[in-house]
Amino acid sequence: MQAEHVDIAQFLADHAPFDDLPEEAVNKLAAQIEIAYFRAGTEILNYGEDIADLYVIRSGAVEMYRRDGDLYNRLTIGGIFGSMGLLMNRKVRFPAKALEDTLVYCINVKLFNEFCDEYEAFADFFEADGNVRLHQAIVEQADSNDLTTAKVKSLLHRDVVTVAKDASVQMVAQLMTQESVSSVLVTDADKPISDDPDDDDGQVVGIITDRDLRTSVIAEGLSYEAPAAQIMQKDLLLLDSNAYVFEAVLAMLRDNIHHLPVVVKKKPIGVISLSDILRYESQSSLLLVRGILAQQSIEDLAHYARQLPNVFVRMVNEDANSHMIGTAMAVIGRTFKQRLLDLAEEKFGPPPVPYCFIALGSMARDEQLIVTDQDNAIILDNSFNEELHDEYFQNLADFVCDGLAECGYKYCEGEIMASFKKWRLTREQWKEQFAGWMAEPKPQALLHSSIFFDLDGVYGRNKWAEELKRFIATQGRKNKRFLANLAANARNRTPPLGFFKDFVLEHNGQHKRSMNLKRRGTAPLSDVIRVHALAIGSRKQNSFERLEDIIEAKLLPEGKAQDLRDALEYIAMIRIRHQAWQIEKLDETPDNDLEPHLLSPFEQRNLKEAFAILDKAQNFLKFRYSANTGMK
Amino acid sequence: MAKRGAKLDWPTRYQQLLAQSKQPLIQAFYESALCDLNMPISDVPFVALDFETTGLNYQSDDIVSVGLIPFNTKRIFCKDSQHWIVQPRRKLAEESIVIHGITHSEVSDAPDFSTIMEPLLAALKGKIIVVHFAPIERHFLYQALQARLGEGLEFAVIDTLDLETRALRAKQGLLGRLFNSKLDSVRLADSRIRYSLPAYQNHNALNDATATAELLQAQIAYHYRQDTPLSELLI
Repeated sequence: MQAEHVDIAQFLADHAPFDDLPEEAVNKLAAQIEIAYFRAGTEILNYGEDIADLYVIRSGAVEMYRRDGDLYNRLTIGGIFGSMGLLMNRKVRFPAKALEDTLVYCINVKLFNEFCDEYEAFADFFEADGNVRLHQAIVEQADSNDLTTAKVKSLLHRDVVTVAKDASVQMVAQLMTQESVSSVLVTDADKPISDDPDDDDGQVVGIITDRDLRTSVIAEGLSYEAPAAQIMQKDLLLLDSNAYVFEAVLAMLRDNIHHLPVVVKKKPIGVISLSDILRYESQSSLLLVRGILAQQSIEDLAHYARQLPNVFVRMVNEDANSHMIGTAMAVIGRTFKQRLLDLAEEKFGPPPVPYCFIALGSMARDEQLIVTDQDNAIILDNSFNEELHDEYFQNLADFVCDGLAECGYKYCEGEIMASFKKWRLTREQWKEQFAGWMAEPKPQALLHSSIFFDLDGVYGRNKWAEELKRFIATQGRKNKRFLANLAANARNRTPPLGFFKDFVLEHNGQHKRSMNLKRRGTAPLSDVIRVHALAIGSRKQNSFERLEDIIEAKLLPEGKAQDLRDALEYIAMIRIRHQAWQIEKLDETPDNDLEPHLLSPFEQRNLKEAFAILDKAQNFLKFRYSANTGMK
Repeated sequence: MAKRGAKLDWPTRYQQLLAQSKQPLIQAFYESALCDLNMPISDVPFVALDFETTGLNYQSDDIVSVGLIPFNTKRIFCKDSQHWIVQPRRKLAEESIVIHGITHSEVSDAPDFSTIMEPLLAALKGKIIVVHFAPIERHFLYQALQARLGEGLEFAVIDTLDLETRALRAKQGLLGRLFNSKLDSVRLADSRIRYSLPAYQNHNALNDATATAELLQAQIAYHYRQDTPLSELLI
């Protein structure tokens, strides 16, 4: 028989969040509690210590501090602390000190988690304040950026360039120009070659960089015939090939040098420069882009496109954030379109009238991932004459859309593709089209709006796309009814709240126990952000950039836009990692359907919190954009 | 029974008692009680014990309920607490019902003390017993076991009432002692107020045991150190 702690149970039942628990649950909790006494002035929790309990103040008062010593919070009877540490990494985040003689009830983390899982309101209590926590999780993710995980040898793309120590400085300069390098290593043929391969230094005795040629040769008026040995730097700082990129950065900063020889054992295998490191981030996608432009046919492009998943996985493994990945994938997608349009114009001849090929939806927002439909359209010159010119553009659009499908960009089920005549309009017709959508927001128009209101020029007269964006931005913000309807539309796709218990799962047959992170997460978030962006007349397309404009315009209550940003980043990253995992580990076709049990409890909690932010943001739309009362 | 001030040599006493005892239940307790009294109190496993009784006379009154809760200087462990109601050999007086909140029907359904002897001694084994006002628990437990096993039990305790008296005396100072001024109340509830401990609403044996455990933690926080040797507190 479990002994009943009547007084403890009564106390808990009088205080949130325990007051929402059923009686037997409170009794269960009371019977499991540990009690501790702290005299006034003593430390209860020290920063960074392990924490295994949630603390409830039974009597007395407790002060909590930030790491820098600033007061964070003062709690008294019924106050609860320690939840942050429990939910994060089981380390104390806010040190706590007894301000008065204090008696606390301690609830073990195991029990705490059980209760969070069992009772939703209980879990919500600890998450109401949790936006801070989500933000923290994202900051920590960002902290471990690629510089800390990539090794310097991954930056070496060519063999080491060397020059003999008695070569003239002019020869050195000529060699560097010829090889397009900013440094060479200097070797001494007389230096003994070590018998032991572990000690083989390749007879290297120094390094010469662009700067040495400037400062030691030109500035000094040195003869071009002077030997290399005279201007070389002898004290070489060497970096092991297994060093991490961030170590290279540190070494460069510490010694103010821009070139570091990379060695295996003692033998230099290359030199990395500061610019190599700066180029590093975007490199993987840049290389692919260059490759796309070199392909000569749809077949070649389709073949080449098979690399795309690997580039995607690599970026994920390098801990790129969702904006970087989204941008890189969008740039790649755009490059495929550009190359296909080049090939189309080669095949069908130059266009009879100028045009602009535009990307819509996620590609226009730079939020494209690996699984994506093609959404595109064409803006035609006002001089377009259907009878004379339409056949050309039909052929061109079919070529591009079919080509994209070959390259893995699925046909749009909603028929939003340039190959449909209704989406090849002149500049004037597009303006009328948008004006019509804004004036007469019918359901179909609203469905379109979410895709068409994110648009970006890809090929041809891109300034026409800018012109359309400007038109939308100036017309949209004035039109309350439009914004109200757009807001209503943005509330259609609800987040899968109730994650832990009565999870609303997608019933699509194939994934009975999964939820669609795009349809229920990133897409409705983008919808919400779009409404706000149009309301302030922002011309940005990317959701993160739109949020920056929204913050600057002070449209939302303090911190709300930041919450949206964190929620979007978190859900997007879960979605991205899920896809990378499918490609890399399961060899599956990546999708957006996540089975929640694959997430750790910590991830589940954060994800749920991100969904809660979306839910609140959707509710906020309701009262912020009402057609009747208008905007304040 | 040991008197305050005249400290018993408990290890020697336990050796003697162990040699005399014929009851395995009691022998097991004495064997486990032989610990190093110089051990710092932070290392000591305690168990707070409280009896509710039909009255204060251990010869004519009897135990009604037993509450106990294990703890140390850091934490009090509710999950290992125990609470038993037993049938006294004497009828409940009306006034004691009010105090304990235990009704006649509860008591008439309750088993005899003999059914809880084993789990009770098992819970006390290897731990230092902590009580508030030692004579009650010492005399009544001795008596209850004597009546059923023909053999009583003696044990060392930490008495929070005794510690409180010591603390108040020290505060009173020499002049106070010379003029024999009256000490403040050392009753459990009054002692707790001095350490800002909350008042318990219900007075049952388990709540009082828990209240005693909390009081000892507070007394240690105020008057002792974590490395104070156990012997300094024990009587």
